[in-house]
Amino acid sequence: MPAGSQPAFSMRRSLFRKNLVTALLLAPAALWLVVFLVLPFVAIAIFSVGERAPEGGYQAALTLAQYANLPARATAFWNTIVLAPAGALACLLVAYPVAYYLALRAPQRWRLILLALIVIPFWTSLLMRTYAWMYILGGRGIPALLAYVGIEDLRLINTPGAVLLGIVYGYLPLMILPIYVSLERLDRRLLEASADLGATPLATFLGVTLRLSLPGVMTGFSLVMILLLGEYLIPTLLGGGKVFFIGNALVDLFLQSRNWPFGSAIAITLVLVSVVVLIVANRISTRLSGARRVDLI
Amino acid sequence: MRAFVIAVFAFLYLPIALVVLFSFNAGHHASEFTGFSVQWYGKALSNPFLVEALKNSLFIATTSALLAAFCGTAAALGLQRVGARTRALFDALLGAAIVVPGVVIGISTLVALVQLFAVVNPFLASLWPTDQPPRLSLGYGSIIAAHGLFSMALVTMIVGTRLSSLDRNLVEASSDLYATPLTTFRSIVLPQIMPAVIAGFLLAFTFSFDDFIIAFFVAGAQTTLPIYVFASIRRGVTPEINAIATIVLCASVLLVLLAQWQLGRRKPSP
Repeated sequence: MPAGSQPAFSMRRSLFRKNLVTALLLAPAALWLVVFLVLPFVAIAIFSVGERAPEGGYQAALTLAQYANLPARATAFWNTIVLAPAGALACLLVAYPVAYYLALRAPQRWRLILLALIVIPFWTSLLMRTYAWMYILGGRGIPALLAYVGIEDLRLINTPGAVLLGIVYGYLPLMILPIYVSLERLDRRLLEASADLGATPLATFLGVTLRLSLPGVMTGFSLVMILLLGEYLIPTLLGGGKVFFIGNALVDLFLQSRNWPFGSAIAITLVLVSVVVLIVANRISTRLSGARRVDLI
Repeated sequence: MRAFVIAVFAFLYLPIALVVLFSFNAGHHASEFTGFSVQWYGKALSNPFLVEALKNSLFIATTSALLAAFCGTAAALGLQRVGARTRALFDALLGAAIVVPGVVIGISTLVALVQLFAVVNPFLASLWPTDQPPRLSLGYGSIIAAHGLFSMALVTMIVGTRLSSLDRNLVEASSDLYATPLTTFRSIVLPQIMPAVIAGFLLAFTFSFDDFIIAFFVAGAQTTLPIYVFASIRRGVTPEINAIATIVLCASVLLVLLAQWQLGRRKPSP
């Protein structure tokens, strides 16, 4: 008996040790995720069914009054619901040809350089890049140049158009990258097969290329759309207080008027809408292409 | 199509180029370039508030990126050793940390921390022997933690991708040759994932250094560079801001290029 139990014991011990190492490796990340992602989310969920204390802040309650009050910020919701999909669509229309060219047409030795040129703006401060357009569209930028040639009093900044332009500028790289990844993985033989079977280039594009790149398109579209739902900088700097997004409403409610329960209800609504967007996008891409989701990185 | 692609690249880079060009403008106006000068850089760097904000940002970015690199790498290694269910749970949470808009991360962290401090501070005060108990408040710590959340998820994804393409044969050969797990890790696994860890660190640093919206909510009385720049932009556009923007842009470009170079080492992929 002792002879047999010895290996079993040491095996159990090594298994225990293995589990301990795994737990230690995962512990910091798990702690971080729980304390700074899960708990804060639970906190705003609790706040969203509470009431505003008389001096601002939070008073415990169990009421849906905050959610019933959502129409009070209807303008912000409306602007976001119109401009976020419009912005994502505009991004997509500009991004697709670029991703297509990079993945299937660009000369090999240029490809990585061009790709790097797309990635760099993605990691560059959105604040600085939005500032660039403030500078260009502002009174001393393009309008001043146009005044030289006789076009006076043209207002470019602080318009919905400027916000849309800023959105396309800010989020274009994020749209290009997933589409590029899905196009780059495309099996080129399928394109040849389609052509060999007598399909026109357009039919090949619609039936093969576009269809197989749909997971990338949906990933890009849903990511851009979700980030736009919470956008604050672009409407603030290029919309100048005229174009309000949900993000502006949240900053106002949390940092200025201190109505935290109402702000929490808006934030929870925002997250729910984001989840719906993700699920719908995932469904569409799985149904249309039969493929699994695309990795982000 | 080629013309269109060239136009898009011009669209991406011309505005940045203009900002950089006019940071060297001797005059004050964006509409005319009146001569070359570096006076705005001198003005920017002799502004004590700006220098303070820059120092804060550098400290926060370095700390949060270091923490993220350690915890993220550990998590990526740990996730290799767990079952499908635990893995799926972690992947979902890490994905959420990346996808949830910064506004929501900022707000929820603010709410949770303020509530936490409201409980912890009186408790600390009751335990403390003297009249001046330490008071927890928003500041460096909360920004580092909130930035670290995104960064850690990012590092876990980048290192995880590299780990999944790791040459298993080398690991097996190493243990067949009686190397201890630690030796195998040090001499086989670590060298192979190191470029991914460094790239993750650099991107995490860039993210934290550039972030405005999360810090805006959880900074408390602290100022980071983006918060300072945002406040000055709202007061009016000046060439001084162009000078700061140029410095920040150059730093980001450098860091991203370094990160890409690290990721490209050993494996010819983007």
